[in-house]
Amino acid sequence: MADPSPALVVEHVAKYYGDAVKTRALSGIDLELAPGELTALIGPSGSGKSTLLNIIGLLDRPSEGRVILDGIDTSTLDDTALTALRGRALGFIFQFHHLLPAFTAVENVMLPSWGDRGFPSAELRTASEDMLRAVGLADRMTYRVTNLSGGQQQRVAIARALVHRPKVVLADEPTGNLDTASSDEVFALMRKFNRDLGTTLLVVTHDTRIADRCDRVIELVDGRVQSDVRRA
Amino acid sequence: MPFEWFVALRYMRDAKAQTALVLAAVSVGVSVIVFLSALIGGLQTSLIDKTLGSQAHITLRVQREEPRALAEPTPTLAVSRIVEQRAQRLRSIDQWPRILAIAESEPGVIAVSPSVVGPAFAVRSEAKSPIVVRGIEPERFLGIIDLEKRLVAGQLTVDGDDVVIGARLAADLGAGVGDKLRLASSEGIDAIATVRGIVELGNDTLDRTWVLVSLRRAQTLFGLPGGATTIELKVADVFAADAIAAELRARTGLTADSWMAVNAELLEGLSAQSSSKLMIQFFVIVAVALGIASVLIVSVVQRSREIGILRAVGIKPRRILLVFLIQGGVLGVVGSLVGCGLGTLFARLFESGTADATGAPRFPVELGLPLYLQATGIAVAVGLLSAALPARRAARVDPVTAIRNG
Ligand SMILES: Nc1ncnc2c1ncn2[C@@H]1O[C@H](COP(=O)(O)OP(=O)(O)O)[C@@H](O)[C@H]1O
Ligand SMILES: [Mg+2]
Repeated sequence: MADPSPALVVEHVAKYYGDAVKTRALSGIDLELAPGELTALIGPSGSGKSTLLNIIGLLDRPSEGRVILDGIDTSTLDDTALTALRGRALGFIFQFHHLLPAFTAVENVMLPSWGDRGFPSAELRTASEDMLRAVGLADRMTYRVTNLSGGQQQRVAIARALVHRPKVVLADEPTGNLDTASSDEVFALMRKFNRDLGTTLLVVTHDTRIADRCDRVIELVDGRVQSDVRRA
Repeated sequence: MPFEWFVALRYMRDAKAQTALVLAAVSVGVSVIVFLSALIGGLQTSLIDKTLGSQAHITLRVQREEPRALAEPTPTLAVSRIVEQRAQRLRSIDQWPRILAIAESEPGVIAVSPSVVGPAFAVRSEAKSPIVVRGIEPERFLGIIDLEKRLVAGQLTVDGDDVVIGARLAADLGAGVGDKLRLASSEGIDAIATVRGIVELGNDTLDRTWVLVSLRRAQTLFGLPGGATTIELKVADVFAADAIAAELRARTGLTADSWMAVNAELLEGLSAQSSSKLMIQFFVIVAVALGIASVLIVSVVQRSREIGILRAVGIKPRRILLVFLIQGGVLGVVGSLVGCGLGTLFARLFESGTADATGAPRFPVELGLPLYLQATGIAVAVGLLSAALPARRAARVDPVTAIRNG
């Protein structure tokens, strides 16, 4: 069932590394993510998952093909426009230690929008506190993130990725460094926001228990889509 | 608070030890600049003050009379010459009141005084001393040299028989206020004078030879009725004296000596002092700049993953650049505030530590807003410039690389 206006389209994307001897990290990737879809991206190590995620996340440009985000052909944009689009339309959840250690939980949530507009607003503060409450960190808002546990840090990252209500949230092994209980908590939150806010989510994971709970599972092998399975 | 300021200040607070260390370096650097400038500035001012305290800024007089050749050599005539310098006799400046008016109209000139200056002897019973008679108009002459400040006995009465003499001369002659002297001029004319005041100019030669008489009395003594041998000037900007002297030389055809030409050696000394001050300042600035730059570079490297995250979540490179420029600027501002305070403290301590028995400073220092502004300006500029390289490096952090290596 193809959606009439997909949140994200990947067209014939290929990525090579190196000049003399070219390493092919991705070749001929075609994908569409429907709005509100929660998709797992799986595959062996070195199969190109992070490379694809970086290209979809507008952090890297493909060698061939293009990415259309929310109807915008990103191949036509310059770096400044890409940065701005990234800040508004995308949310990122990296591995758990990818917060800003010099800042508190609520500051970490506020900083992307703060830096986008230049100044913080009262609404941003309220929205950030609401997000932290929603991820169960009401009593940890003004803690330095370095004083939080791994699971708590990843929940701050989820709040940061979602506070500005992006179209698409990209997560690269968000539970890779967490124990089973924390992993379940974090995934449950992602699922909840996906349902409540209708956010499109693409999650790179090694954890089959998590992949099993997604709407769709895409498997990459050697830089190609090996299988693409939607669940009813 | 703007994003850049918030992040910059947090980073500085987060790395307290590093921040404190660079701040200390900037403060010490600025305090060295302030102290050194205050000391050397004070020294130069007091040297110039001392020099100009007993000297006109510009002196106009007639040109020396040069010997004239009796015969010029020609292709057929060789001339063997013995040149004898002519004895210089005292001559009055032609139409000196007109020259006085010209000098007064010259921009930058604030006081003009005509005088007759000539050699004489002062005789008192057994004692006889060679002297310089200066015939002056007292009000005008006070505009050139502040005699009131230098009066050590009696009063400044220069009129008729009443004269004012130098302190060393008074001692040599054993003359006090009220005593009479006989003045014998080089023209063989005598006059009786009564000492009314004694001045100490702080210059040994002048204090040993000066006898200030009225212009009229000097004209009589040297047989120059209605004449004036020199016109002395004071200018507003003492370092413009050379230029004004040249101008007057051209306008009047007279010899115009500025204090700068007369004291060329002093000025050379001062300029050598200034260059060594600049050298020291330069090295201090380089050291401070290297300190700031290296700490910020380390900070950028340490935080490159965080910078990558900020870039990934949509922060523009320009804002990242500003985050680090602000840190350099803040280090400069705060360091210069502390440094100005420290430098002032050092300078004052030095001043009072080297004061003489009466508590008057022997080395007065020159502090003040211009110096503080200059030091602050230098520190802020150095802060920004030395932050420029680290800031550009930070702005160029590639998010993908930074995140992958995290
Ligand atoms: N910057 C790079 N330079 C060269 N090769 C790279 C670079 N980034 C990734 N690769 C290569 O691309 C392939 C895919 O890597 P990656 O996307 O990180 O895989 P995964 O995330 O699935 O483990 C690997 O063979 C990797 O070595
Ligand atoms: Mg990976």
